[in-house]
Amino acid sequence: MGFEGIGASVRRKEDVRFLSGRGNYTDDINRPGQLYAYIKRSDRPHARLNGLDVSAAQAAPGVVAVFVGADMAADNVGGLPCGWQIHSKDGSPMAEPPHPVLAIGKVRHVGDPVAVVIAESRQAAKDAAELIHPDYEDLPASATTTAALKPGAATVHDDVAGNVCYDWHIGDKAVVDDVFAKAHKVVRLDLENNRLIPNAMEPRSALGDFDTSSGDYTLFTTSQNPHVIRLLMGAFVLHIPENKLRVVAPDVGGGFGSKIYHYAEEAIVTWASAKVRRPVKWTAERNESFMSDAHGRDHVSTAEMAIDSEGHFLGLRVATVANMGAYLSTFAPCVPTYLYATLLAGVYKTPVIYCEVKAVFTNTVPVDAYRGAGRPEATFLLERLVDAVAHDTGIDRVELRRKNFIPADAFPYQTPVALQYDSGDYQTTLRVALKNADWDGFEARRAEAKSRGMLRGIGISTYLEACGIAPSAVVGSLGARAGLYEVANIRVHPTGSVTVFTGTHSHGQGHETTLAQLVVDQLGVPFDQVEVVHGDTAKIPFGMGTYGSRSLAVGGSAMVKAMDKIIAKGKKIAAHLMEASVEDIEFANNTFTVAGTDKSKTLTDISLTAYVPHNYPIDELEPGLDETAFYDPKNFTFPGGCHIAEVEIDPETGVIHMCNFTAVDDVGRVVNPMIVEGQVQGGVAQGIGQALLENAAYDANGQLLSGSFMDYTMPRADDLINISVATENTMCTHNPLGSKGCGEVGAIGSPPAVINAVCDALKDYGVRHLNMPATAPKLWSIIQAGK
Amino acid sequence: MPQVTLTVNGKQHTVEVEGRTLLVEVLREKLGLTGTHIGCDTSQCGACVVHVGGEAVKSCTMLALQANGSAVTTIEGLAKADGTLHPMQEMFREHHALQCGFCTPGMVMSAIDLVNSHPEGLTEQEIREGLEGNLCRCTGYHNIVKAIAAAHPLMHAKAAE
Repeated sequence: MGFEGIGASVRRKEDVRFLSGRGNYTDDINRPGQLYAYIKRSDRPHARLNGLDVSAAQAAPGVVAVFVGADMAADNVGGLPCGWQIHSKDGSPMAEPPHPVLAIGKVRHVGDPVAVVIAESRQAAKDAAELIHPDYEDLPASATTTAALKPGAATVHDDVAGNVCYDWHIGDKAVVDDVFAKAHKVVRLDLENNRLIPNAMEPRSALGDFDTSSGDYTLFTTSQNPHVIRLLMGAFVLHIPENKLRVVAPDVGGGFGSKIYHYAEEAIVTWASAKVRRPVKWTAERNESFMSDAHGRDHVSTAEMAIDSEGHFLGLRVATVANMGAYLSTFAPCVPTYLYATLLAGVYKTPVIYCEVKAVFTNTVPVDAYRGAGRPEATFLLERLVDAVAHDTGIDRVELRRKNFIPADAFPYQTPVALQYDSGDYQTTLRVALKNADWDGFEARRAEAKSRGMLRGIGISTYLEACGIAPSAVVGSLGARAGLYEVANIRVHPTGSVTVFTGTHSHGQGHETTLAQLVVDQLGVPFDQVEVVHGDTAKIPFGMGTYGSRSLAVGGSAMVKAMDKIIAKGKKIAAHLMEASVEDIEFANNTFTVAGTDKSKTLTDISLTAYVPHNYPIDELEPGLDETAFYDPKNFTFPGGCHIAEVEIDPETGVIHMCNFTAVDDVGRVVNPMIVEGQVQGGVAQGIGQALLENAAYDANGQLLSGSFMDYTMPRADDLINISVATENTMCTHNPLGSKGCGEVGAIGSPPAVINAVCDALKDYGVRHLNMPATAPKLWSIIQAGK
Repeated sequence: MPQVTLTVNGKQHTVEVEGRTLLVEVLREKLGLTGTHIGCDTSQCGACVVHVGGEAVKSCTMLALQANGSAVTTIEGLAKADGTLHPMQEMFREHHALQCGFCTPGMVMSAIDLVNSHPEGLTEQEIREGLEGNLCRCTGYHNIVKAIAAAHPLMHAKAAE
């Protein structure tokens, strides 16, 4: 075996299982006596539900039960809770209308669950649902935030006048306005961040299993955070105490944020399983994913930069309208506020910033965090605005960035929007990216493309994000209704192998591998003797799961703390066995030694002694070698870097090709370079998807037009290219690993790099900005109009 | 109900199906071969690709009755009895061509058919175009393309032996 500790590209433990068809995803699980649920969903964007006759469905072959909102209300089932409260400028709490599990009184978006049919087979349930014809009274719908904010717009929730959830701000408006009034120049940009549908390849699934003898509930579900689901569903929706409710998130086929939230179907199958006293499984068809998984992004913004005569940024002013959809999804309110506006300083020393955000209800699927969550929106806005400054002033866009960067010796750096960056070196990531992308050779490539009749452009984005969420007290003061620490239990078994129980959850990230590498590094236990367990509330301590690129920075740090405790206890046992004082015991390479002697004991000697404590300091020390640590981070982590995109557009057709993509990121300490590279490539692919292909489209009445893979353009292999990935890392200064996180950087840095390249390619056509996605018809129209 | 007889991964099965039952439903629900996945309902994603008579087929798009009498290979049937992985599986692992693993079985089955049907070799662009019917949301395809390119000589060297 070669080196398998921190820094090794160890091949993944989980791969043989997945490659052999032995993964264990939720829909692969079947329980004895299992029934199948099919959800009858609203096909109306907005309607009053005047009647709901389900008798024909109840009488259909194979049907065991049909339930509607009133049945759940009669059982005192609560609505789906929201995990974050934002206060408006005037101090008032956000509007938080009820979110019934099954619709009561009204349906508010296409896909809103209306009834559930439970039957002996999937097909029987689906057939019976066809027999339900709700008595809808159609209402006018507000399909966009612009429409929802118009006077007299259709009101999504009767008691939320004007459809405004909150009207929030950050920064001192008067100070910023004053800077703008005195500035040499103000550059303004109006822009949209297009709405996306996450589309993890595994559709959501939930299997409720009520044990009639013990009264215990088990929910198998496609979740990124099983303990969060247990808490939310148990405490707020179904009123089941934690000791009677087990939530298992087994192998999960991708999340990207969309599997963080507590969804209606989880509550439906859990509750229904007890009603019918048999297990109940629901698995989304892809069309249901499109209309029930939380969507992402959907901002409309105005951004202004005040500059001096040399192009120094003096102040930034932003006004954003963010779409919440029809209901507040679990963490929706924090996305366009604390995960967005606090990032508007980016990598620049802009001294003052003011941002106001209006969150608006519409008759669309709820919007919540999707890979990057707020940071891609901030980065797109800022990096497009910086290019607009370059465009309007004639200053070179690289030079403009360089002169406004926070210098490498300025850390810790306090931004004007609450965050304090701990480390970074933006000049270096920029320099290396320019070199890797052969920026200097671009004009020759542009000329060569022109000789072929093609329009070639290059674009740059120097970005920063905040992840490793999050210090509990800080997020609590900002409205979070949860702590965001992480937990690890390290169990050294009697013969020296180790099981890690982590509160984080792996749904593609490869934790079974990387977290094992931490144990190899710190305890010296061989890689194949380390097992990582996650995803089952009956096994793991109460942890918060995986999102916000937090697993290594926060979850890994909890492991380091727990292993520190293992070593500390092991030293005491070793001191006893070797008749030395604890202070003289050293631990390295799986071995405890008495300093300055040849006396030593392996970790296995110590663990065996700990579990067979015949010769043991039993008066001072408990048996066992099993330690748990909770780690609450001191700060966010701040990965950043530089992404460069190069594109070619055919002016005759508008068809665009990616030519090169270069990423140079600072993600802090890297545990497994192979996995980091894969994470960045996957994130960049989603960013290119947003920039060029993907768009969740509604018609003016609120019908979802992009409701399948035939209508919503997912990036395919031939839409993409090889993505050059490198890291130039500075260490996080406040966690024991120095790691910052790598899961979201690709999706955050890449969209503005691509659009900046598109604008560069079209600069002779008077293009200063265009909104995503830059599709062929859009580009062709621009080129035709500019001819 | 009608019956179909299939030889799946070398083992013959006879099962009762409805006329509308899909091949993927027989594999997953009747035979417990859950390695074949369902990722969409419009034949777009390719998570359900298996081999029928040696060729890649989206098993969500074939009625079980249409497959009657066929030999079907699923992801579970690729590795040798002693656990030795097929070269395509091995190269996927070596090149980190999978993350969440959900698209992987269909991706591997498609990739094997692609390589089998191009003994003359495959350019990167041909591999990318050959993956037209398979969606992956995790990897950006970069490492999948690398893995398939690496598997090609291994598979054809094997075939020549």
